[in-house]
Amino acid sequence: MWFANGVAAATIARMMEPVQQQIEQIFHEASGQAFASLARFLRDLDLAEDALQEAFATAAVQWPREGIPANPIAWLITTGRYKAVDAIRRREKFKQIRSDVALRMHEIARTNATRAATEIEDDRLRLIFACCHPAIDVKIQVPLTLREVCGLSTDEIARAFLTTPATMAQRIVRGKAKIRDAGIPFVIPELGELPTRLASVLSVIYLIFNEGYSASSGESVTRADLSQEAIRLCRLVLQLTEDAEVMGLLALMLLHDSRRETRQTPEGDVVLLEDQDRSRWDRRLIAEGQQLIERSLASRRFGSYTVQAAISAVHAEAAAAEDTDWGQIVALYDVLLRLQPTPVVELNRAVAVAMRDGAEPGLKLIAAILERGDLANYPLAHAARGELLRRAGRTEDAIAALETALGLTEQIAEQRLLRKKLAELQAN
Amino acid sequence: MKYMLLIYGAEDSWTEDEREGCMRESMAICKELAAEGKWIASSPLHPVDTATSVRVREGRRQITDGPFAETTEQLGGYYIIDVEDLDEAIAIAGRLPPAHKGTVEIRPIYPLPEPSGSCYDHE
Repeated sequence: MWFANGVAAATIARMMEPVQQQIEQIFHEASGQAFASLARFLRDLDLAEDALQEAFATAAVQWPREGIPANPIAWLITTGRYKAVDAIRRREKFKQIRSDVALRMHEIARTNATRAATEIEDDRLRLIFACCHPAIDVKIQVPLTLREVCGLSTDEIARAFLTTPATMAQRIVRGKAKIRDAGIPFVIPELGELPTRLASVLSVIYLIFNEGYSASSGESVTRADLSQEAIRLCRLVLQLTEDAEVMGLLALMLLHDSRRETRQTPEGDVVLLEDQDRSRWDRRLIAEGQQLIERSLASRRFGSYTVQAAISAVHAEAAAAEDTDWGQIVALYDVLLRLQPTPVVELNRAVAVAMRDGAEPGLKLIAAILERGDLANYPLAHAARGELLRRAGRTEDAIAALETALGLTEQIAEQRLLRKKLAELQAN
Repeated sequence: MKYMLLIYGAEDSWTEDEREGCMRESMAICKELAAEGKWIASSPLHPVDTATSVRVREGRRQITDGPFAETTEQLGGYYIIDVEDLDEAIAIAGRLPPAHKGTVEIRPIYPLPEPSGSCYDHE
């Protein structure tokens, strides 16, 4: 009864909602799409922003009087386009605008106002491809995407990346100018280019996620939001293109995110995977990740994100650390190593081999990597070696390796973990 | 949009045969671009030891023998093209033979307000 009443109350409330509130709701929901469409027409993000603001202002006056149009997004885009044409004419008069924007004015004014809804939706993907264009510095791609696609404010982005708003604003301004002046197009790349261009979009999303995921405790509130933003962005890309690696990356982030609550103590100390309280892992996120991995694998067009997600899923499936299927993890690392033959992947595989076959075979593999001269300055290589030496009972060698790792790492949480291990070894 | 493609490379990195091959291939690309209405101008440049630099300081003109900056890779030629957007310019730059040895820098050309001054108008 309470439920039925609740629904009725909600419906009535909605019907009685003042038009002003409905309009605000539409602005909130439509701004991302309308902005992306205007950006595509104008190829100028500042001009698009101004045009959308003017369209909102006109709507705020006109809609309460004449009613909300049947397709508010299309209305906002059309109105925004007229506003932009006016702005270009105004600025052209005072010679403040570059004439190639003026040259396009004709085309902007002429374009058919009625576009299919799917095409408007694709404009968001076009905007993402423009912000993640390889001609833009990666350091700029990341904040530009957060600002223009996710709609975060410059202050929010600066806080999340632990830098000043002035620095962030400068990067965003440079990115917008590059898009406008260098003629970076708002297009979905052609089939031949698509895999590499999509890869650069995915790497921007993963950078955003990791920036939020590797947060230290003090800043964890704002930084955790970055991870959520990355997940939202990836969901949007997946909606627009059903690519196996988009599924793989989304799965990988969801699986990582499922352990967010358990990977740090309240004091900010790292809790290793094997010591985490698995009952507190978010089962809903894990299930969604697993489904995505299955869909990606079934497509047979998967790549390294999917394989990394699959490795993460094997951990998620083990009820306790001892139940982990290390044989499967080694097999997945074999696949990953073929897709991504890097020393870091090789190191992770060596650790998995040690978990399956014992410390000595793992140590041999790590020794081979270090003898080649790879990863000599990579703290995790020495930390892993130290841990395996400890298990093999070679205490003195273990202490030396962990001390090397401690000297190389700059992360405070990592340093604390290494010091704790060293203290335990030295006490024995 | 109009772009200038600046060809940079080490001048001594080409054999005579390679230079001729590069010239032939470049001419073919120019012809193709011209047929599509995308070519405005292009030319190789004589080596940097033919360069002369001019500066006017405090009303006095100074002339020096040599390029603006001594670098290992020198400006060796240019193209001016009129294409849709940066992606098309990148695709063309990637087809130019010197891209395989040196670097092709793409610079958008700043358009002057209408009516454009004739000295900058390449058409």
